[in-house]
Amino acid sequence: MNATAARPRRTQKPSPLPSGSEWTEDAIARYNEELARVAAHYKLDTYPVQIEIITAEQMMDAYASVGMPVNYHHWSFGKHFLATEKGYKRGQMGLAYEIVINSNPCIAYLMEENTLTMQGLVIAHAAYGHNSFFKGNYLFRTWTNADAIIDYLVFARNYITACEERHGEEEVELLLDSCHALMNLGVDRYKRPPKLSLAKEKLRQQEREEYLQSQVNDLWRTLPAHDVRADTRAEQRFPPEPEENLLYFIEKNAPLLEPWQREVVRIVRKIAQYFFPQRQTQVMNEGWATFWHYALLNHLYDEGLLADSFMLEFLQSHTNVVAQPPYNSRWFSGINPYALGFAMWRDIRRICEDPDDEDQRWFPEIAGTDWLETFDFAMRNFKDESFIAQYLSPKVMRDFRLFAVLDDDRDDRLEVSAIHDESGFRRVRDILSDQYNLGAREPNVQVWNVDLRGDRSLTLRHTPHLRRPLGGSTDEVLRHIARLWGFTVRLEAVGEDGKIELQNEIRGERHRHHGLI
Amino acid sequence: MVRIIDRRFDSKNKSAVNRQRFMRRFKQQIRKAVSEAIHGRSIRDLDNGEQISIPARDLSEPSLHHGKGGIWEQVFPGNDQFSAGDRIKRPLGGEGQGSGKGKASNEGEHEDDFVFQLSREEFLDLFFEDLELPRLIRTQLAKVTDYKTQRAGFKSDGTPANINIIRSMRGALGRRLALGSPYSARIRVLQQELDEALARSGEDSEEVRALREELAVLRAKVERIPFIDSFDLRYNNRIKVPRPTTQAVMFCVMDVSGSMDEERKAMAKRFFMLLYLFLTRSYEHIEVVFIRHHTVAKEVDEEEFFHSRESGGTVVSSALVLMRDILRERYANGQWNVYGAQASDGDNWDNDSPICGRLLGNEILPWCQYFAYVEITAGEPQNLWREYTKLESEHDNFAMQRIESPADIYPVFRELFKKTIA
Repeated sequence: MNATAARPRRTQKPSPLPSGSEWTEDAIARYNEELARVAAHYKLDTYPVQIEIITAEQMMDAYASVGMPVNYHHWSFGKHFLATEKGYKRGQMGLAYEIVINSNPCIAYLMEENTLTMQGLVIAHAAYGHNSFFKGNYLFRTWTNADAIIDYLVFARNYITACEERHGEEEVELLLDSCHALMNLGVDRYKRPPKLSLAKEKLRQQEREEYLQSQVNDLWRTLPAHDVRADTRAEQRFPPEPEENLLYFIEKNAPLLEPWQREVVRIVRKIAQYFFPQRQTQVMNEGWATFWHYALLNHLYDEGLLADSFMLEFLQSHTNVVAQPPYNSRWFSGINPYALGFAMWRDIRRICEDPDDEDQRWFPEIAGTDWLETFDFAMRNFKDESFIAQYLSPKVMRDFRLFAVLDDDRDDRLEVSAIHDESGFRRVRDILSDQYNLGAREPNVQVWNVDLRGDRSLTLRHTPHLRRPLGGSTDEVLRHIARLWGFTVRLEAVGEDGKIELQNEIRGERHRHHGLI
Repeated sequence: MVRIIDRRFDSKNKSAVNRQRFMRRFKQQIRKAVSEAIHGRSIRDLDNGEQISIPARDLSEPSLHHGKGGIWEQVFPGNDQFSAGDRIKRPLGGEGQGSGKGKASNEGEHEDDFVFQLSREEFLDLFFEDLELPRLIRTQLAKVTDYKTQRAGFKSDGTPANINIIRSMRGALGRRLALGSPYSARIRVLQQELDEALARSGEDSEEVRALREELAVLRAKVERIPFIDSFDLRYNNRIKVPRPTTQAVMFCVMDVSGSMDEERKAMAKRFFMLLYLFLTRSYEHIEVVFIRHHTVAKEVDEEEFFHSRESGGTVVSSALVLMRDILRERYANGQWNVYGAQASDGDNWDNDSPICGRLLGNEILPWCQYFAYVEITAGEPQNLWREYTKLESEHDNFAMQRIESPADIYPVFRELFKKTIA
């Protein structure tokens, strides 16, 4: 543990890593070095690592600001902070041991209260597991830009602070409230977004403000009175295709927003978009990181670098992390993504290295292949939904004793539709895969039409999936949309028979002179 | 190459801004919660923060999500009894089935209260805001106890400015005596022998010379004992003690006749709390005596004082008599600062009011540091008020005020604060 012990290294026979529970910076550096060596041995491709040591309070703070090191100010973050703080101070919950930021360099937070073992575990998990996933997975590669995110957040915070100074905290807060309400409908699910870049953002910001405003004005210009084909024109909808990204649509088309308000909408939208891949890869990502901390630390142990005491403490917390309580346990709260992901990655390795007849039948394309290559391919090209559809094996389903339950509100009983047996494997796998499909998990509400020539009202259309209705706070969300839009907002739903029914209508008040508020 | 950055010492309290925004946004709810909390608190309990709970729906963040209903097909782990095609009764409350939200990330649906902790400063701030205390007074009251330094004996290290010379010299003298005493005893013996030898054989003898040499060595040793050593230094010891070192007794007198409803009692409670809070700043030890009265007065504990109900007529003098008796019996030895606070709706039996005036003026006020009377009423002044008005001009330690809202309470104490704090 002392400084001199950490110096000599890179010899043929490395000396054991520091043990005990107290950590020092030297010890952490030493762990990181050995882990980096082993990670390279397994061909993990990572961003450079930056380890930051923070206090519990700072951890709660990062927690509250959706896990980001910098963010703009908003009361809802204060609320989350208070809730976390209460839980933590009363000992009701432990804090997450780690937060890792998808950035380049990859920032891993270590909490000062962790023991040395936990720090080693967190470095392996976050700085090599998650890090390599962020760098490799196609969703992160296309949807986020690790080089720019921190800069963009700094830009966002400064911009919003400037808006608060110029337009008043309350006004900005109301605007942010409305944007937050639409956050989960503020992402492009299918379109590929352009890359974020601070330099470009700044450069274009001015241009964009003017350009956007001119576009909007163009859209709303009074049509010439002598338009003879008014009747046929009225048939045309705007937007011509329904738009799924509500925030985007509002940013581009809301008639009464001022340029700075559009920019704030854009910031919230960009941040929502940034988190979109994380929501789609929970099982894969956590499973991947868990698999690798387990593999890396065991490798170090086999080399004789880790003490038995380290391994015992590590295995105990590892076991807690991958525990999956059964459906009827009081601890049950859904399927544990760590447990499922870890089991699946381990299983893929098993199929590669030691396939049995069943695996040969189910996974002929990977059985007996090089596991590192298969891993790399799977990590790069899938998200939870497709990963489960592709790789969930009968063995894992048996081990978890998975079963599917059909809950139809028109039936007074639930039905077990499939279990972990020969006839049920595929069905269970399909259902589980669909459970991770964000498209099915979140309601399908799209912008349907804007009455361009009449009262400028905005019509949204909800197409229910399997008759699932919208939740309780829908009316409130509509009011937020109406506030952003400035005119009447309607919500329609497509009924089972294809009929369109009006669900709700919020009459917008006109605030022509005062902009939004 | 890895970069390790220690961030523990930068940006402390980063969340403070968000916390303040949260407090500002929900000020109405938090104030209401604070009012309720005051209701449940002892008037002596002002040194703690407060757990505040706000209905969660007031601060929910809405979002578009699925509600209950429709068709859900979900996978669960840990099958222990089912096979395909089994039909099960719908569990009450559900184990996540049908809700569609495996995660608790969405707070839209459940209705628990949102509970959090207000710090002492935040709590007092809200408390003061209601009472409309001036800024200066607020900071004075919210401040943690003042300390003053006082002498407490001596210690063996300190700054040179604090050296106590007498003590140090006394120590040095003692040390010199102690270290020198073996030699001195020997010197005395030798001196005697020398005298005898001189008398016996004169100056030139071998014996005398030897004795003289030995004596010289011993005297040199004694002289080599330092006159003062760092070991001898003594410093004045100063310690910090909380400034208020005296004791006070506070009488809370309240009318609990039928006409005092809950709202008036709550107002009276704030009045008592404020006086108590003020007293805690000036006195280390405070006793509180609660006297409630309708037609007869009774000394009670705080619980009963604020919460039990009585009805009937009002004879204020009964309470004053009781207060005087308690004062004479327990607090008359001159070691107590006496404060009185009386709250009433002003209703009194007509013939009783002059008696009250006399009692207060002659038998209570002379013993009191301060006596404050509040009349919680929106209507015309009652007879007690008129009687007390006469006292106000004669005694400068008496204050009275008519109160309609908590903001009216502070003026009662204005004189008191001015005198003691400013």
